[in-house]
Amino acid sequence: MLTNLVNWIDKRIPMTDAWNKHVAQYPAPVNFNFWYFFGSLAMLVLVNQILTGIWLTMNYTPSGEEAFASVEYIMRDVEYGWLLRYMHSSGASAFFVVVYLHMLRGMMYGSYQKPRELLWLFGMFIFLVLMAEGFMGYLLPWGNMSFWGAQVIISLFGAIPVIGDDLTLWIRGDYVISGATLNRFFALHVIALPLVLVILVFLHIVALHEVGSNNPEGIEIKKKKGSIPEEEKAQFKFHKQYTDKYDIVDAVPFHPYYSVKDIMGVVGFLIIFCYVIFFAPEGGGYFLEKPNFEPANALKTPEHIAPVWYFGPFYTILRIIPDKLIGAGAMFGAIVMLFLLPWFDRGTVKSVRYRSTLHKINLIQFCICFFALGVLGTMAASPTANLIGTIASIGYFGYFIALWFYSKNEKTKPLPERIAH
Amino acid sequence: MKKLIIALVTLLPALAFASGGGANLMHAPIDPTDKASLQNGAKLFMNYCFGCHDTRYQRYNRVAKDLGIPKELMMENLIFTGVKVGNLMYNSVEDAQAGKWFGQAPPDLTLVARYKGTDWVYTYLKSFYADPERPFGVNNILFKDVGMPHVLQDLQGVPTLVETTDEHGHVTRSTVTDSSGEMSDDEFDIAVRDITNFLNYAGEPSKLERQSTGKMVIGFLFILFILTIFLKKEYWRDVH
Repeated sequence: MLTNLVNWIDKRIPMTDAWNKHVAQYPAPVNFNFWYFFGSLAMLVLVNQILTGIWLTMNYTPSGEEAFASVEYIMRDVEYGWLLRYMHSSGASAFFVVVYLHMLRGMMYGSYQKPRELLWLFGMFIFLVLMAEGFMGYLLPWGNMSFWGAQVIISLFGAIPVIGDDLTLWIRGDYVISGATLNRFFALHVIALPLVLVILVFLHIVALHEVGSNNPEGIEIKKKKGSIPEEEKAQFKFHKQYTDKYDIVDAVPFHPYYSVKDIMGVVGFLIIFCYVIFFAPEGGGYFLEKPNFEPANALKTPEHIAPVWYFGPFYTILRIIPDKLIGAGAMFGAIVMLFLLPWFDRGTVKSVRYRSTLHKINLIQFCICFFALGVLGTMAASPTANLIGTIASIGYFGYFIALWFYSKNEKTKPLPERIAH
Repeated sequence: MKKLIIALVTLLPALAFASGGGANLMHAPIDPTDKASLQNGAKLFMNYCFGCHDTRYQRYNRVAKDLGIPKELMMENLIFTGVKVGNLMYNSVEDAQAGKWFGQAPPDLTLVARYKGTDWVYTYLKSFYADPERPFGVNNILFKDVGMPHVLQDLQGVPTLVETTDEHGHVTRSTVTDSSGEMSDDEFDIAVRDITNFLNYAGEPSKLERQSTGKMVIGFLFILFILTIFLKKEYWRDVH
């Protein structure tokens, strides 16, 4: 019966073939480590956001008069509404945690290098859309920080010469942030951007499966056809799409090997995630900021307008530059640098394990600077903070510039032929 | 690399702490599981605060259910506006009207414990002092030139400001009361504690349920985690 059904479907769409090609017979390097959990975790969080988002939408009212009260209605009168809301609000922060770690993994092991440039670019577009999604979602509870945060960020567009003021007016749909802004942000947050996000995630995975996964050693598991003796090939059945073109070594089929491993990662992640949801949903004021428990009020500015933590690094870069236009340019420039990473890195050795000490130091200083920028972004501005922020910004941009210079003739360690395991 | 990451992670709380503000708040000794305290807090809140401040995001029947107050008692003693028990808790003052009286409409207090913190609420209620310069004859140490009267004065008595200077020139401000109030200082502390407890409850009525559900969820996940570790090991045995 079931076999008949599968056959019936397979004659009409390549279901079994697609399953084998992308899951059951997809060759994945045998040596994935801790850092390789974050891709599947990002997927998990995406699903969490979409599902909880759908149910929140059922009770949320996107209007300036009703939005704040409808969130409290969800928190109090909707069965398990508090759980849906906290899963969604903590999920936003979790999304950025796993995505930042996922990106760091790519940087450590050179997963953006040839032939994975497009894979990296799709990932960067996901990151960009995710930031827009997070920003617009943060307006929806219509708390006072929602209001003023959006006010500050939208006013950035006003720094653009000539068209600036008209542009901000066009984005807001009003002279100030208002119900009109809330409604359009709602539409973008629940329909437009999630659609784009899902399409980009699909393309990200198509691109990944076309070029194959990188691994912590940064050496390919696909060898030239005919170069590997039969007994040294990976002893699993892989899809002919891969074996027709290459000899596959040191690989396991994604399912069941990495599916069971990722399930373990998922449960481990859920322990931390659920701890936040059930015991610290405000995340110490970082996931849900205190002023956001007051309704939006155009006459009352919060003492200290801070973006949510995940915008911290880019907000600091914006803030240390007194000129608004140059500041906004630097902020977007910081993201553009990440987009261009595959071309800043002119090296051929991928993994940090086999790269020069200089590169290791550069990557560590980048992490420290990024972290420092993030912390500063949540703090009030002060001369000391500005000084540290300036140094950290130089470190951030310096990473890419320095990489471009030293990577051409970098002194790297010899690469092994095969993954040792 | 690993050591560096660990070092950075351990630094995180220190950095987060460094960003905190430094007002001298008293610790609010509240117990969210103490029903008697919550009931007393609700009673005091409805009688002394609710005349001007709404808690418009919560409903009477939910408060009655969570605090263990029989519906009839709630209707008779705590609903002053003649509405149904399932209604949201609005008082009978229009915002616009209140704005005219006080210069600014008294804020809704449903979520005050969430945006100000329970320690703030507790300290604030204990920090009024007589100040003839102010329109209502009182001021507040924590909230300078506050725009409301000291509504608990009948209970506390008239508090006066005491400023003490230590050897470093650091001024500590506190209040002492004459004993004209209905309550002793200790009784008043308990009253303020109970109001704070009630407002903490009002801020997030699902908090206790959240925490008890959380324990079961995390417990389940730990067991599942161990099982998934074994499952992974079993599958990977032939690879390594």
